[in-house]
Amino acid sequence: MPSLIDLTLEGRKIGQHRPWPRVVVDASVWTFAAAELAHGRWNMLGLWGEPATVHMAIMDGQTTEIAVISLDCPSRTFPSVGRHHPPARRLERTIDDLFGLSAEGAPDTRPWLDHNRWGVRFPLGDRIDALPKAAPYSFLAAEGDGLHQIPVGPVHAGIIEPGHFRFTASGETVVRLEQRLGYVHKGIDGLMSGASLERGVHLAGRTSGDSTVAYAYAFSRAAEAALDLAVPDRAVLLRALLAELERLANHLGDIGAICNDASFALMHAHCGVLRESVLRAAGVAFGHRLMRDIIVPGGVSRDIGADGVEAIRAALDNIRLRFPALVELYDNTASLQDRTVDTGVLKPPLARQYAAGGYIGRASGRSFDARRALAYPPYDRLRFDVPTLNEGDVNARVWIRVREVEQSLSLIEQILSRPPEGPTRTEVPLGGAVREGMAVVEGFRGDVLVWLRLRNGLIERCHMRDPSWFQWPLLEAVIENNIVADFPLCNKSFNCSYSGHDL
Amino acid sequence: MRKLLFESVFRQPLTERAPLPDDAAVAELATALGQTARRRLGRSLSIREVDAGSCNGCELEIHALNNAYYDVERFGLRFVASPRHADVLMVTGPVTKNMREALERTYQATPNPKWVVAVGDCARNGGCFAGSYAVVGGVSEVIPVDLHIPGCPPAPTAMLQGLLALLERADAGAVTS
Repeated sequence: MPSLIDLTLEGRKIGQHRPWPRVVVDASVWTFAAAELAHGRWNMLGLWGEPATVHMAIMDGQTTEIAVISLDCPSRTFPSVGRHHPPARRLERTIDDLFGLSAEGAPDTRPWLDHNRWGVRFPLGDRIDALPKAAPYSFLAAEGDGLHQIPVGPVHAGIIEPGHFRFTASGETVVRLEQRLGYVHKGIDGLMSGASLERGVHLAGRTSGDSTVAYAYAFSRAAEAALDLAVPDRAVLLRALLAELERLANHLGDIGAICNDASFALMHAHCGVLRESVLRAAGVAFGHRLMRDIIVPGGVSRDIGADGVEAIRAALDNIRLRFPALVELYDNTASLQDRTVDTGVLKPPLARQYAAGGYIGRASGRSFDARRALAYPPYDRLRFDVPTLNEGDVNARVWIRVREVEQSLSLIEQILSRPPEGPTRTEVPLGGAVREGMAVVEGFRGDVLVWLRLRNGLIERCHMRDPSWFQWPLLEAVIENNIVADFPLCNKSFNCSYSGHDL
Repeated sequence: MRKLLFESVFRQPLTERAPLPDDAAVAELATALGQTARRRLGRSLSIREVDAGSCNGCELEIHALNNAYYDVERFGLRFVASPRHADVLMVTGPVTKNMREALERTYQATPNPKWVVAVGDCARNGGCFAGSYAVVGGVSEVIPVDLHIPGCPPAPTAMLQGLLALLERADAGAVTS
């Protein structure tokens, strides 16, 4: 079995890429990598385009070695990876939509983010005029006696993001779900080009609102990798504090929201109170409830004061006091368990194939957590467990989140107990002519990947890959043979990002 | 199950725990808002939230309006599932080109009298996303806007203040519906 290092010897290495190698390969090595992905030997971390190049980030699941391979596309085509490896399909459709580079042999060539509303085609490549009339999107067929379709969205009934779900049902049972996304595509990749690092991290923090810390964290780490920049120790610790507070707030809110979708509003109310307590503490500690614009390249934009530490400690004490009773309530309520146990089962092989991150992967036997596997600082010196289950149902995803709440509480306590004194920010140099960097950071939902190329201190190109890219397709799989009424539960237990995915 | 029943005999049920501390200002604000809504509409105010391209940050804080700290529903402010039941549309985000039609159709489905509140910095003029090939711009480029609540995202209290300001203006006849 070839290692990733062997693969990187096959191509021309790009010297300025940090911290993992990037090599330019030919079509045969590209196709070989696709086949290895299909055989499950490697995980796909990302697949993105440039006007005349495609890049693929690959990780060896065993050794957590990472490499990026790049293929020049002079004829505006590249061999399809999705043909062998389904997780690549939506990414390839996106590359075609944005850059006009088509995946040769791809099984699905329908547009994905492009709804023919932009006025142009290939907005980030060689632009051409849009088609005169929007062709109706052709949903995949489901055939059989007595099947009916239920179209849902893009405007949903709740206070949530827009997207379209097309259910085909036989009575109450879902035969097929097909998602259509892209409604909140804002063209963030395009806005990044030519931007300063300051504007870049601002945009990154507005890619997915619930993961604003994770995105700013990943963006800043990618920029610092490109510039070979070391961040002051105090900032390293504070970043983890911010990341864990974000994880805590989201997990608490979502545990309640999942229960609410099983008509158990009591959990929702109590968890909502705990979530609010975290946001208020964050507001006191960092001046913003969601902790926006705190992590920046070079460190953090503001330090935490004694009142902030006190507010966070008080919130932690409150959660430690109240959360165990809620967990017990969840565990002991038969009507709730009846809805969550054995509902929306994601089988471990699918989670592995898609390299599904976050609680979705970890509830289905894939133990990957970037904090542990890649051990970026300060997680290399903090103690925490990575809870993993194999059942893969809604219940397992809830339990992973419950355990992660406990881990985050412990991590925050460790950070607050020994924050090193010193500066929280260092000056960011302009860097050389061309620098490239990549970072993977564990957000609450899973691993966020950011890749960028800087030229004379400005962003030439930046791509951000939300964990949802490898989670949304799995939601289509888990709902099959469940009843329509269980969709909200399955959906909430996944809680994929629309905005992070649509970019 | 038996354990649960047994315990509930001796333990305080969760629902009867002491009420959560309310920020006095929030309570005052929300009460005032509820009364104004009733004066104007003769009933409570129904709000339909529409994400027209937001990063989801504004949605998180709109959600917070429903938690036990703010609990806007006790003051007659209610989030509804359909625009057909709504008096107010709270619209977030820079309006993306892919969401433009959906926003227009949601507005058309809302019965008169109706108000539109644009929530967040992006909803004013597209915010940091303005100028993108995929973004129309602020909400007012697509549907008439009665009020804008700034912030990225606005805190829940700022949203309550905004809704109050809207209703005061409606009472004064400054807003035509």
